[in-house]
Amino acid sequence: MSEVLRAEGVTRVLPGATPVTLVRDVNLSIHRGEFVSIQGPSGSGKSSLLYLLGLLDAPSSGRIWLDGVDTSGLDDNGLAITRLAKLGFVFQFHFLLVEFSVLDNVVLPMARRARLAPAAQRERAEQLLVDLGLGDQLHKRPDQLSGGQRQRVAIARALANEPLVILADEPTGNLDSAASAKVREILSGIAHGGERAVVAVTHDPEFARAGDRVIRIVDGRVESDG
Amino acid sequence: MSMLGIVLGVAFFLAISSLMRGSEADFIQRMIDNAPHITVSDEYRAPPPQPARRAYPDAALTLRGLEPRTETRGIRGYKQKLAAIAELPDLRIAPVLTGQAIITSAGKERGVTMNGVVPRLMLGVSDIEDKMVAGSLAALGANPNGIIIGRKLAEKLFLDMGDNLTLSSPAGLVRTLKIVGLFDTGTTSIDEGQAYVLLKRAQVLLGRPDRANRLILQLDDPYQARVVAAVIEARVGYRAQSWQEASENILSVLFVRNIIMYTVVSAILVVASFGIFNVISTVVMEKRRDIAILKSMGFQARDVRRIFLAQGLVIGALGSLVGTLAGLGLMTVLASIEIRPPGMSQSVNLPIYWGLDQVLIAAGFALLSATAAAYLPARKAGGVHPVEILRGGMA
Repeated sequence: MSEVLRAEGVTRVLPGATPVTLVRDVNLSIHRGEFVSIQGPSGSGKSSLLYLLGLLDAPSSGRIWLDGVDTSGLDDNGLAITRLAKLGFVFQFHFLLVEFSVLDNVVLPMARRARLAPAAQRERAEQLLVDLGLGDQLHKRPDQLSGGQRQRVAIARALANEPLVILADEPTGNLDSAASAKVREILSGIAHGGERAVVAVTHDPEFARAGDRVIRIVDGRVESDG
Repeated sequence: MSMLGIVLGVAFFLAISSLMRGSEADFIQRMIDNAPHITVSDEYRAPPPQPARRAYPDAALTLRGLEPRTETRGIRGYKQKLAAIAELPDLRIAPVLTGQAIITSAGKERGVTMNGVVPRLMLGVSDIEDKMVAGSLAALGANPNGIIIGRKLAEKLFLDMGDNLTLSSPAGLVRTLKIVGLFDTGTTSIDEGQAYVLLKRAQVLLGRPDRANRLILQLDDPYQARVVAAVIEARVGYRAQSWQEASENILSVLFVRNIIMYTVVSAILVVASFGIFNVISTVVMEKRRDIAILKSMGFQARDVRRIFLAQGLVIGALGSLVGTLAGLGLMTVLASIEIRPPGMSQSVNLPIYWGLDQVLIAAGFALLSATAAAYLPARKAGGVHPVEILRGGMA
């Protein structure tokens, strides 16, 4: 399996009168087809590491390689374009745009990337939503859906531009056990399709057990990986 | 609310601008219609040097026993000068000899300005014929003892068409003249203070044979008056004053008034743009989560900026559109209002300027101020750091 994401000596320090180190000297490598869980106590730096891997935050030192490209040389626009094309995000709270329909939320990243014609964008969005069991919810607003359904919409949106890596931050943290199981199953299926990797921060032991690999973070450091 | 500010700003901008520019255009049109476009008068802009000065330019001379030559005032050789000017294209010219006189009738006396005119030529340079309520300039041409006066003056002297009156000149001559025409310009000072007789009659009454003291001109294009006046002055030597030169003070007052007007009405739009600034700033605050989502997805700062700039632009455009409609409504109401200005005997409608340019200025300024007001919050939106928002989380 080919490597898609690599962190080399990544450290993130919040500057200030008393600097706070969120992530310390992290080295890891993620491959296509992997379903990776990041676990650790609250405040250990799991989400901070996820944001760094997702190019939403910049390391204070170290490098992150995505699909063979050193992202440290990219400016804000370059990072945005890379996120748009190669990464997808799922957050604990669905973070859908409530003014938009379910379908439009999924179309939005494709519309920004403009790789497909508008009709093809809608067709792909519909297909993704149908595949995730939301074929009858296309034109509803996010606030008309259950928590589990919203999270599936968020997954469809993350998949819209066919990313290499899906990064999920506590994707089941706000769901009941049945919805959690469904989301877990979907993310696992995405990873095991072999085309992309899924990296998820989670407190959920069931979720972690479903992963191929668990990276444990304590005080910003990788305590274990395997 | 922010759009209402733009609506009111544009509407008042249009109402005030149309009124100001309408009154300015009306005022200038009245000047152009009621006064000669160019007046050649019996004076020199720079008097020619005296013979002694010409003979001894650098000397100081004492001349004894000199007596100034008594000369009849007026334009010398006015007929030749009139003919020379009449050769210029696109103009009409008439000679006038103006002087003071007293009209007496039924024991009442009134001082008037007597204008000696050539009726045939006067038709081409004055709209007095249009203001006639009885008789005509042609009737004056046909009657050497005729006179045309204002209807108001006739009423004050209990006179009517065909009545005789007595006219006394400063030279002590008295003539009985018959009223062959009455005019009503609506301006009291003219209707009570002006009278028209034949030029030859005026020359006799004022003791100035073969003289005119003004040559008055109307041009096909009144706005060429300044240029044509300079040509005429160079050709005949006498001072030729355009209507613009004669009204320079008034025109400069109008200019200053326009600056003040545009400053005040623009201030309304600037205040309205602060409303837009507040609204978009609030929207940016409320939409920080959505901005973070878009940026995490891969939207760039400039994409986010464009969204909020577009919002400002839409508010500005809608405000301009509705404001223009409201402004046109206000202008229609203003145009229907009748007023009677001091010194005028007739009511007139408020003069309104309907030009498209002021709509473009108002809408353009509104769009510009709305976009400028949206720029700062839009920039702030573009600078939102998604991690700061995503860390906070929310349902």
